[in-house]
Amino acid sequence: MKTLFAAASIALMGLTGAAAADSAENYPERPLMLMVSYGAGGATDFQARIVTMTAGNEDALGMPMAIVNKPGAGGRVGWNWLATQAEADGYTLGAYNIPHFIAQSIEGGVEYSADSFEPIANWGADPAVFVVGADSEFNSMEDVVAYAKENPGGLTFSGAGLYVGHHIAALQLEKAAGVKLAYIPNNAGGAGAMKAVIAGEVLGGVNNLSDAFRAKEAGNVKILGVFDNERSDFLPDVPTMQEQGFDIDNTSVNFRGVMVPKGTPQPIIDKLAEVVPTMFENSRVADKMKAGGSPMHVMTRDEVIEMWKAREATLKELLAGL
Amino acid sequence: MEFLAYMGDVFTPINFGLLLIGTIGGLILGATPGLSPTMAVALLIPFTFRLDATQGLVLLGAAYTSTVAGGAVSAILLKIPGAPANIATTLDGHTMAKKGEGARALQLSFVASAVGGVFGVLLLIFLTPLLAKWALAFGPSHLFWLAILGVTVIGSLDSSSVVKGLLAGCIGLWLSTIGFDDIMGAQRFIFHSSVSGGINVIPALIGLFAIPQVISMFLKGRREREAEVLTVRRHPITEAIREVFRRSRALTIGTLTGSFIGLIPGVGGQIAGLVAYDQSRRMSPESRKFGTGHSEGVIAAESANNAMVGPSLVPLLTLSIPGSPTAAVLLGGLLIHGIFPGSDLFENYPDVAWTFINSMLVGQILMCVFGLLVAGLAARVAQVPNAVMAAVVLGLAVFGSYSVQNSMGDVYVMMALGTGMFFLEPFGLSAAPLVLGLILGPIAEANFIQGKMIATATSSTGAYFFTGLLNLTLIGLVVASVAYSVWMEVRHRRYTTKEDAMVRGETPT
Repeated sequence: MKTLFAAASIALMGLTGAAAADSAENYPERPLMLMVSYGAGGATDFQARIVTMTAGNEDALGMPMAIVNKPGAGGRVGWNWLATQAEADGYTLGAYNIPHFIAQSIEGGVEYSADSFEPIANWGADPAVFVVGADSEFNSMEDVVAYAKENPGGLTFSGAGLYVGHHIAALQLEKAAGVKLAYIPNNAGGAGAMKAVIAGEVLGGVNNLSDAFRAKEAGNVKILGVFDNERSDFLPDVPTMQEQGFDIDNTSVNFRGVMVPKGTPQPIIDKLAEVVPTMFENSRVADKMKAGGSPMHVMTRDEVIEMWKAREATLKELLAGL
Repeated sequence: MEFLAYMGDVFTPINFGLLLIGTIGGLILGATPGLSPTMAVALLIPFTFRLDATQGLVLLGAAYTSTVAGGAVSAILLKIPGAPANIATTLDGHTMAKKGEGARALQLSFVASAVGGVFGVLLLIFLTPLLAKWALAFGPSHLFWLAILGVTVIGSLDSSSVVKGLLAGCIGLWLSTIGFDDIMGAQRFIFHSSVSGGINVIPALIGLFAIPQVISMFLKGRREREAEVLTVRRHPITEAIREVFRRSRALTIGTLTGSFIGLIPGVGGQIAGLVAYDQSRRMSPESRKFGTGHSEGVIAAESANNAMVGPSLVPLLTLSIPGSPTAAVLLGGLLIHGIFPGSDLFENYPDVAWTFINSMLVGQILMCVFGLLVAGLAARVAQVPNAVMAAVVLGLAVFGSYSVQNSMGDVYVMMALGTGMFFLEPFGLSAAPLVLGLILGPIAEANFIQGKMIATATSSTGAYFFTGLLNLTLIGLVVASVAYSVWMEVRHRRYTTKEDAMVRGETPT
């Protein structure tokens, strides 16, 4: 009797195994959903809509991908949902923002960490830049730091909230320059932080390269430095922080990409990891992204896993002092 | 006069077709509770991928214009404000609809919207550089005082007494603290994951306004069905147009308040309608009639929230900073075609820029025409039997709250707040001041903390908040507003006997 049960259960396991393999073979059979944890109209939402527009093509997934916004609390609401409530069936994907969600999980009070998700691929990298008003007397980071040294804690500069790329960049600058600065988080996000700079409410600000580039084109700001390892193609004349003598790497660069909740079947993860980067590389996608001033940076699953690990280590160190 | 040169582009077959689709679609979307203008425009963005830049923006501009006006439909007929901008419209508009004057209320609101809207777009066309300066003039300290000015309105808004209004406002202020605070990084009052992102204003609006009605309709049940059939009076359109222009005081106050407060980034859009309503009541000799279905209330509120449409785009079009959530979505619509708002837009793509602005101008008029055409028919909603109506409103409320952020948590919040409101209403507390508290709380708090942080780093807090012409002007307005309320309360007491107060208390407007 026992053997009969064992045989039956083995047979059953074989069957379910076959079924799982079969479903990965035909995956996806219905439209997919990409959760974006920021509101419609934000940079993440806007870019997610562009990079997924070719998902329905035959050479991509063959099924369209719908964007579902779950904004709130700086992205925490959406990522909490993806980690705890979303079905890990391969049809529910999420957009990630690094360093935001890793920094938030280190800070605590959320139900996710880097281990709650499986990365699929990265589509974009938007570095932070330091901006000042067009009529500001500052013309280089040297001027900014010199002012800060004369007025400790008196250099006000804006950014989009706490534990986001801008905040990380601010912390790095403070550490590298060895001065006390007054970081003013804005409750209206990057747009609010940029308005504060242009209106002269603050002396400077950390903002997204893409938004700062537009503001510079409109003649409203000067961009003094890029918080990245290399200069940006959009701003070839603007030096990096390292070039200006500050030991600041690319930790604050806002990487955007696609992930799935932990527990998604491995064959499906493999399939997505193979197809999604090619989807990002589609020429129509690249053209639209470039036109919108959004820097692209396609990375495969293995590269993203490495990047997440590296970020987690540096962020833990950086945020330990807070 | 450059805009006239591109006026012809609006009337090419494709553009005009899109304008019609955008306007009609926008009215329908706007009339659906929960589908705010921001959502409606965001829903349309994917369609613009296939269109060229001008066509895409014509569609978006028309949709933006008409969703704002469409919000009045659900505010008047169902007492569910589609967006914060429509709160003030419910106060008199819904009372009119209950008296069988729904057609008149709708007609007045569409005509007033068109007048305000056209004025707003004209401001955008002629005064953009000046308005851009005005939009930038408001720093954290000014926004703080502006929010406080809004708080002074709370007491007198739609309540049987100032104290009860303030109490409702305080409940709203407390509710607004729930969630994650993005400036200090603190988590407050999060006992359930549904509210971890804070209480979203739109589900709260829907719940607070719609659910108490639904419950009372269910309580009445079938027995009062016969008594409820009311005749919906027809109302000639020309009469409505004449009335709007006869009420020129309300129209002027509404239009001006809407245009100038509406363009202050982050704050204006939400409170312009209420401030306009409050101001026109204070300046009207018939201020007692407000809240009882008085036409000035509808005219002031609706002219204000459509007047805001044009100016609210000034920060986006000139400085490339989206000043409102809807402007942020429109920014996406521009970027997708590789157009950067700012000087690039007007210098290199004048056809796109001016056709877009013109389409909003023409859209205002089309919106008015279509609105007036269906007003008479739409007003018949008031004749729907209670039992059916309750079910429909409940369905719309659930759908509307869910669709804001695709979150069931918002539906729970909506139901919980609505049920709470049902038990508060018999005590004379009402939804409008509560929602105003919910909206103003975060504005006042965030700007105070930001201002304080800047002040500590640069000068003293006192100097930052109490010096400067704009600060002093706003403080002056706050003091005047409080003094006026106190004076009215005192004068009112003197002429009111205890019986009067009882009667008034029992029939909150």
